[in-house]
Parts: sequence; structure tokens; C-alpha cells
Amino acid sequence: MNLYQAKITITLRKGILDVQGKTVENALHSIEFPTIRNVRIGKHVELNIEAESKDKAFAMVEDACKKLIANPIIEDFVINIEEK
Amino acid sequence: MTFGVVAFPGSNCDHDAYHATAKNLGASSQFIWHKESSLPDEIDCIILPGGFSYGDYLRCGAIARFSPVMKEVISFANKGGLVIGICNGFQILAEAELLPGTLQRNQNLNFICKDIFLKTLNNSLPFTSQLELGKVLRIPIAHGEGNYFADEDTLKRLEGENRIAFKYCDSSGNIIESANPNGSIFNIAGITNDKGNVLGMMPHPERYSDEILGCNDGLGIFKSIENFINKI
Repeated sequence: MNLYQAKITITLRKGILDVQGKTVENALHSIEFPTIRNVRIGKHVELNIEAESKDKAFAMVEDACKKLIANPIIEDFVINIEEK
Repeated sequence: MTFGVVAFPGSNCDHDAYHATAKNLGASSQFIWHKESSLPDEIDCIILPGGFSYGDYLRCGAIARFSPVMKEVISFANKGGLVIGICNGFQILAEAELLPGTLQRNQNLNFICKDIFLKTLNNSLPFTSQLELGKVLRIPIAHGEGNYFADEDTLKRLEGENRIAFKYCDSSGNIIESANPNGSIFNIAGITNDKGNVLGMMPHPERYSDEILGCNDGLGIFKSIENFINKI
């Protein structure tokens, strides 16, 4: 078994209004950043996982994202996996 | 009949739900700890109460959905048992995929705690049979993530199959944007599953079931459930 670290980035799916992002964007416009656009706020999850291979680790993390870590109805996720 | 009120770590409306069913309605009611791996035989209706199960960590309801008792709740629902999820309970039912869609952050980002009006759009459900069609109920909401969202196909199905039980409205029953507290699509406040035996709603009927509070509009929902069970 090898040890891997996964870094997962979760964002709201395209087309879903990100009210938090919108509020931050409006605040940025009201200070000195009028040209900033499309602020999207997401989550970052890091975890360690033991698996026989990188592919197997990836598959397990992907399954965990679908079942719990992300909500596929409104969220997309990107997994980056590296051997520790 | 007997209600079972599930208590998760972080539930805070479990006692209100118990009070509404046991004291205001006068039915038999009991708590069920979330670690239980079986449901008592006598349970006719499960209530997943409001609160902040598991501190709302990750997403509201996402972790409670995997509590041991939820396996039993899902199988109870799949066998046609009545399940009502209120506020955090609705979020748990959505995470458990017993109900479609999800509850997002309120559009104005605020935690909103106030009375709102609800229009009853389907009174042929076990949860609404004692309410008149179109009846306007005054019920409190108290949530930060109650902004209902579902994709277009799901919404079409919900509307086509008459599964939207309640919508936010004004005091005269007009379903208008200004009466929508949280940005829910189509002003949706409560929906059912395809069989009509699982209801999720963000407003808190259990908090307005006692006359002493000045409004007991919520009691009609619990009366409907009792009436439905007693007729079986």
C-alpha cells in the first residue's frame, strides 16, 4: 500500500448563482477593484489515502466526492493526487 | 398513532416536534437517537427535526444523512412509511436523495428568522389532508440555507406530479417574488417524493402548533398525519 495525498477543489457548477461570490465581487467593486469579474467561491479539501496505486486512490477519492465530499447537484470538483 | 422524532447531535427542534405531536396534538410520540440501527415497531411517522446536525459541517445535512438510523429511515420511507423533514430535516432528506434537489445558501446570505406565509398547493397528501386547498398558513422560518434549487427537469416533474406542497406567498396567498424569503426557485417551501409519503419543508410547523404562542397554524399538518394514519 502506498500513501497519497489528494487535494480537492469544489466549486459551484456553472450556471448556479454563487451569492457569496457575487457579494464579494460587489464589495471588491466598491473598493479599488472595479475590473474584477466572475468571483466564484468554493471549498478546498485535503486528505491522505492509502491505496495500491494512484489510479485506485483516485477512484476512491472520486467515489468519496460523489457520495459525501461534494454535492453533485450543484457542485463540481477537481481532484489532484500525489504520492506522499 | 405514534410519531418518532429523530435526534441527531445538533438537532435543536426535536423537543418542539415532540411537544407539537405529544402535547398539542395529543398523539403518542417518542425520541429516536440517531445511533439506533432499528426503528421501534410502533412508529407510524418519522420526524427529522430542525437544527444544525453535526454543526452543519461540510454541507447542511450531509453528515447526518449517514447516521446509522438513516438506513432505517430510508427503508421505512421506501416501504411507504411517512417521513417529514423540517428545516435541517429537509436538508437531510435532500442529501439522502429521498427528495430531489438541494437547499442552497439564502440568496441574501442572511440567516433569516421570521414568520412567513405559506400557500397549500396540494391537500391530497397525508401531511395536508386536513388543510383546505389554497389555505394560507403563518409559520416561522429559521435558516441560512433554505434556498431550494433543482434542475429544470426535476422542477417540471415536481410541478407536473403536483409534488410542490407549499410555496411562499404573501398574507393574501399571492405567490410573488417579494414574499420569497430566501430565493427558492418558484417560491418553493416544501416538496414531496413521487409517492407522496415523504415531505420536506423549510418552515417550522412544530413551532406554531401551540395556541399559547399566538398562532397554531402548524398543527394542521400534524393533524393531517394523524388523520391519515387512523384511517388506514
